[in-house]
Amino acid sequence: MARDRVMDFDKALELFEPVLGFEVHVELNTKTKMFSAAPNGFGDAPNTNISPVCLGLPGSLPVVNEQAVRYSISLGLALGCSIAPTSRFARKNYFYPDLAKNYQISQFDEPIAFEGQVDVELADGSVRTIPIERAHMEEDAGKLTHVGGATGRIQGAEYSLVDYNRAGVPLVEIVTKPIFGAEHDAPELAKAYVSTIRDIVIALGISDARMERGNLRCDANVSLRPRGQEKLGTRTETKNVNSLRSVERAVRYEIQRQAAILADGGTITQETRHWHEDTGTTSAGRPKSDADDYRYFPEPDLLPVVPSPELIEELRAALPEAPAIRRRRLKETWGFTDLEFQDVANGGLVAEVELTIAAGASPQAARKWWTGEISRLANVQGVEATSLVSPENVAALARLVEDGTLTDKLARQVLEGVVAGEGAPEEVVEKRGLAVVSDDGALIAAIDEALAAQPDVLAKIQDGKVQAAGAVIGAVMKAMRGQADAARVRELILERAAQP
Amino acid sequence: MSELIRKSASELSELLASGEVSAVEVTREHLDRIAAVDGDVNAFLHVSSDALDVASSIDERRSKGEALGPLAGIPLAVKDVLVTTDMPSTSGSRILEGYMSPFDATVVAKSRAAGLVPIGKTNMDEFAMGSSTEHSAYGPTHNPWDLDRIPGGSGGGSAAAVAAFEAPLALGSDTGGSIRQPAHVTGTVGVKPTYGGVSRYGAIALASSLDQVGPVTRTVLDAGLLHDVIGGHDPLDSTSLRDEWPSMAAAARDGASAGSFAGLRVGVVSQFTGEGFQAGVRRRYEEALSLLESNGAELVEVSAPHFEYAIAAYYLILPAEASSNLAKFDSVRFGMRVTPPGGGTVEQVMSATREAGFGPEVKRRIILGTYALSAGYYDAYYGSAQKVRTLIQRDFENAFESVDLLVSPSAPTTAFKLGEKLDDPLAMYLNDITTIPANLAGVPAMSVPIGLAPEDGLPVGIQFMAPVREDARLYRAGATLEALLLERWGHGLLAEAPELGGK
Repeated sequence: MARDRVMDFDKALELFEPVLGFEVHVELNTKTKMFSAAPNGFGDAPNTNISPVCLGLPGSLPVVNEQAVRYSISLGLALGCSIAPTSRFARKNYFYPDLAKNYQISQFDEPIAFEGQVDVELADGSVRTIPIERAHMEEDAGKLTHVGGATGRIQGAEYSLVDYNRAGVPLVEIVTKPIFGAEHDAPELAKAYVSTIRDIVIALGISDARMERGNLRCDANVSLRPRGQEKLGTRTETKNVNSLRSVERAVRYEIQRQAAILADGGTITQETRHWHEDTGTTSAGRPKSDADDYRYFPEPDLLPVVPSPELIEELRAALPEAPAIRRRRLKETWGFTDLEFQDVANGGLVAEVELTIAAGASPQAARKWWTGEISRLANVQGVEATSLVSPENVAALARLVEDGTLTDKLARQVLEGVVAGEGAPEEVVEKRGLAVVSDDGALIAAIDEALAAQPDVLAKIQDGKVQAAGAVIGAVMKAMRGQADAARVRELILERAAQP
Repeated sequence: MSELIRKSASELSELLASGEVSAVEVTREHLDRIAAVDGDVNAFLHVSSDALDVASSIDERRSKGEALGPLAGIPLAVKDVLVTTDMPSTSGSRILEGYMSPFDATVVAKSRAAGLVPIGKTNMDEFAMGSSTEHSAYGPTHNPWDLDRIPGGSGGGSAAAVAAFEAPLALGSDTGGSIRQPAHVTGTVGVKPTYGGVSRYGAIALASSLDQVGPVTRTVLDAGLLHDVIGGHDPLDSTSLRDEWPSMAAAARDGASAGSFAGLRVGVVSQFTGEGFQAGVRRRYEEALSLLESNGAELVEVSAPHFEYAIAAYYLILPAEASSNLAKFDSVRFGMRVTPPGGGTVEQVMSATREAGFGPEVKRRIILGTYALSAGYYDAYYGSAQKVRTLIQRDFENAFESVDLLVSPSAPTTAFKLGEKLDDPLAMYLNDITTIPANLAGVPAMSVPIGLAPEDGLPVGIQFMAPVREDARLYRAGATLEALLLERWGHGLLAEAPELGGK
């Protein structure tokens, strides 16, 4: 595949104004699916969480999941939207094998929530308001696995497998209005927006929000218009950008790619684009015109959704605080400096740190782990920090350090084990035999051996030159393969040396 | 012919309850009848191999003194549009040949729970699209009154099975008249309940906003008994009403014993009396109106000005919904699969399967519906049709302000010849002119036999239509009329049908 030419980012911004738009799909973590009693679960054997409705079997009919409606209303309210007194499901008709009925039950001209706005904070502390067009309910499609091709794509595949476990999982699609004025901050704003949506749904408790699992998926629309031009440029829609980092990179890349084409006098094709994590580029998907005809019509199998004003008020009263207010509160509660908190926030790690603290870690330990070693590992692996380890496991790790079972250095090794899938920290400690040796007997034996091997050092210590103990500590730590508490070793050396 | 098969379900119910006959005997007699005549009639696509076992288990339960419902042990023919776990469900289509459903339609499950004995699956126009059963992928059903004529459609199989004494009871589905028009042309009783009164779960959808399952029987009381079994709220069907329903059988018994229509205001739909109605149909209909009037009913001429647009609206709404409902038949998860020579992409396999699996009428309506929903045409077609639908609902509401029931002939003609309208879809569609308004408005309607047209000796029915939720009114009036006719004739209309199976 020929690499597209790209223009230098600053140069692109000099010539063009970027206009952004986002469609974020949020998978709701209800017990059952949007329109059937089949379980809504992740990671189970293919085609086990299914029912006649998920498979679109003849005669089956959908029934709306009430919890999903409540979650959708809560999300709509958290996005500052109005909740429609009456909203309606509609059928979006298109043939695709992951779509069991060959139509998706979605909402079209009567979404449950509309006209809202979300405040998004950038790294420098400035706040931007993102206008929300609508949030509507729909069902997810199944998952296709293309087998036999080189790329895992449908092109060149010998056959494809369909897993309908995901078919019918409740989704809310949040659609922004066009976002103007992002300028140089466009990539960062994109990331901050998705991160804010993620914080909101986590705070609401309505989604697991794991981007690497597809719980939260972002389609990023980017168009450019020459400086001074009123008319919007042609947009592209980069699909399923599934990490915060990628959202930022994809928007930056599209700006640079489109700028290169436009500056050459070329035109942008209205199309979907695939994001390639490895190369940091996008490639053309299918052409997408506004004339795509999904033959929407009101879903005749379902009644309109008419939430009572009481329900809406009940859900409004139960809303968690807005993200900006929440951040301020957390920063104070945790006792973080501005810099410390920004570090956490810019890493998209506020929710993780909060959950880690809730699981028992101290704020400083939680912060250090997430912004330090875990982020470093994520960077090395080119993945999202949140995908590496659960907050519970980080808290467990912090606990092991605190109670002296692990040194910081050992804990880093345990973390590697956890990330490698060897189990919870306690299990990794067990399997790798990484715990600090707290058995004085074993330490004393090693110390005696080291002192015997270095009689001159022993003499110095006995002479009162306690700093000479350093040489023995090194030898003992080496003998213990690092699994000893250096302070304790030092104590014991001085004790042994003092003995006649 | 065995006397047992000529009995109504309510008569059989008494014989079974008193122990005079067993469910096994009743079932065997009907299976024998099917074996004897269905080669000529072709009402059944599949005959149950379990029916005798089921009947025997009912006998066993009865012998142990278990309290059973009134229809326990009585054979039931099931339209193939309803999915069943023990028999294939094809909806009359090649694309579902041999398809076994992992679940029963709610109406079938309720019937089984009430002890009815599913005896077989009945023939129908493919996916219920048609008025003659000639669009079945498995060959047409023949009218027991004249084997060269159509049994109506789409539920010709259920109506013919009941008319030919192959089953005392049948289940049908009615989207634009598929229960009532076959009842009209076979001299049987057919009821389309209020939309939402009977669960659609497990009825292979044609047009979701119009489809309704209902009973097909030889007497009004039998229809009421079956209605009582299948009706009521179903949590699996979101459009199912939560109402508490009165007993339809009780309403039928009330009506039969009333002997008069005193106090009943009956609206005669002026749009359905003139042109386009066969002379013999008109004559029997007018006689029926006189009978109503001479027995105490107050006849009021009622105009329903928008009924004339019903067919046009119907043939936009139905294909639109059907084009979407039938999209699932793509070979990926179930049903027929046709792979083009040398393989092909999934799109090519879907396309080849649908090309081979669907008949011409189904393709015609899918194309119509796809077009009607297309961007740029939606407002002009689907949107306008929905507005007409609202106007027709208002026509009904206005009419029901001054009358209790509306009446019309159940269909404009008696049974036409097989093949006569097969090449003229519009003529075929016009046969449903009287039945379609009730589907568009969701109101309940019933067809009751009122005699034979003098010119061809074929059955004619009258249609009663009631306000939404007032199904019981149909049963009361229908049973009164039926009782008066029975008194006049001295026997049921089907006693005049020719003997079958002689050849």
